[in-house]
Amino acid sequence: MPLKQAITGAEAVAYAMKQINPDVVAAYPITPQTPVVEYFAKYVADGVVDTEMIPVESEHSAMSAVVGAAASGARAFTATASAGLALMHEIVFIAASLRLPIVMAVANRALSGPLNIHCDHSDAMAERDSGWIQLWAENAQEAYDFTVMAYKIAEHKDVRLPVMVNFDGFIISHGVEVVETLDDELVKDFIGKQIKMYPLLDTSNPVTYGSIDMYDYYFEHKRQQVEAMKYVPKVFKEVAEEFAKISGRKYDLIDEYMLDDAEYIMIALGSTAGTIKHTINELRKEGKKVGLLKPWIFRPFPKVEYQRLLNGRKAVVVLDRSASFGAEAPLYQSVKSALYEIAVKPQIGSYVYGLGGRDITPTHIQQAFEDAFKGDLIVDEERYLGLRE
Amino acid sequence: MAELKGWKDLPIGGLVLEPGTAKKYRTGTWRVLRPVFQPENCISCMFCWLYCPDQSIVVELVDGKPKMKGFDYYSCKGCGLCANVCPKNIDPKTKQPVAEEKRAIIMKPETDFVEE
Repeated sequence: MPLKQAITGAEAVAYAMKQINPDVVAAYPITPQTPVVEYFAKYVADGVVDTEMIPVESEHSAMSAVVGAAASGARAFTATASAGLALMHEIVFIAASLRLPIVMAVANRALSGPLNIHCDHSDAMAERDSGWIQLWAENAQEAYDFTVMAYKIAEHKDVRLPVMVNFDGFIISHGVEVVETLDDELVKDFIGKQIKMYPLLDTSNPVTYGSIDMYDYYFEHKRQQVEAMKYVPKVFKEVAEEFAKISGRKYDLIDEYMLDDAEYIMIALGSTAGTIKHTINELRKEGKKVGLLKPWIFRPFPKVEYQRLLNGRKAVVVLDRSASFGAEAPLYQSVKSALYEIAVKPQIGSYVYGLGGRDITPTHIQQAFEDAFKGDLIVDEERYLGLRE
Repeated sequence: MAELKGWKDLPIGGLVLEPGTAKKYRTGTWRVLRPVFQPENCISCMFCWLYCPDQSIVVELVDGKPKMKGFDYYSCKGCGLCANVCPKNIDPKTKQPVAEEKRAIIMKPETDFVEE
């Protein structure tokens, strides 16, 4: 029987990991990720999981430890945020390059400086070209569901890439919501027995990880990573379909909210999508044809889906919770480039919001929609929501 | 070097799926200076064998004792450690290098051997 629990996003992720019962968890505390590993440490202390938990001395070590664990053939997990993810940076690339199916939960938080502990997406966006699959949750339920789905995507033989489950720091990680969790047995059966490939501990088939890779072969190995990403949308859809059977919750590459007849479409990652849905409901009452396109997956970027969904619409408003200084914001950049070849291009506008946890309200969202209604979107202009001039 | 493979024919992740493959890597192409063996001066003390970082000293057992036989140029990178530690290359009294013809190992520029 599914269980309805009033828990935080952090606890939801930890609960999913309890049900997955990974072999190794290595992590270092950082706000707002800390409760994920705190809850999990309690499961370890209480003996409800068999996990080897490694309290490491830094995030660089945390990622290094899970890389070693995953290479040895273990199911490995870590969690972090902001500066912690930045400190992992070097090993984040190595995890993807060695094709290790690691899962990492990221409670998205602004990068310093000035020092800030609240939500924005600059931490994950700094890793967008690291070769990790990035899933983005809107709420605690999605954070739980994606954590359950993650290993099945990562361990697929055509993929073999690490997965980052992103959920907004504090807003999701510390906000209490009702989360419907699945039975332990159901999760266990769903994720199944780990598909091991080239485990170091298989001493009868010795294998070398991390040897030097010069100008003669490095390029070929990068090309393989490009190829692996191409399989992700198909595998994600398969896993999502299987997950729908046990949970009744249907995921796809993109969450389409009132998109069918929408003329004005907003695009945003994470928890803000909830506020946008509310605003859309209000605007719909006034007869405005508005909709939301929420990426559930940002890396790989499913360009074809955007082309299919945005062709011929009146306007597209892209909201970014991170800036790319001296260039366009990351989500906007990706969407804009996807639209280059479509037949009937919509007007398109870029809005940066919520940096360092700045609140975003329905009024802000309405303001951006109003610009679109008036035909006042300028393709090369970046605008800001909730910023004092 | 073996023929280079395309990306579709390689194991993922830069993994090496069999042991001992370093043996197949011809590090001899890195060599700038080549150690040349002059057996008439060698006392087979095995210092060169002990110090060689690439196991490039060829040794044979003769009457149960190891005999220095020369170099494996496939793997030798020409680092010169062997010549540096060779006791026959230094005069024990003056501590100065002895004349080339009296040494057991001399380092020659690789360019002297281009015709090979």
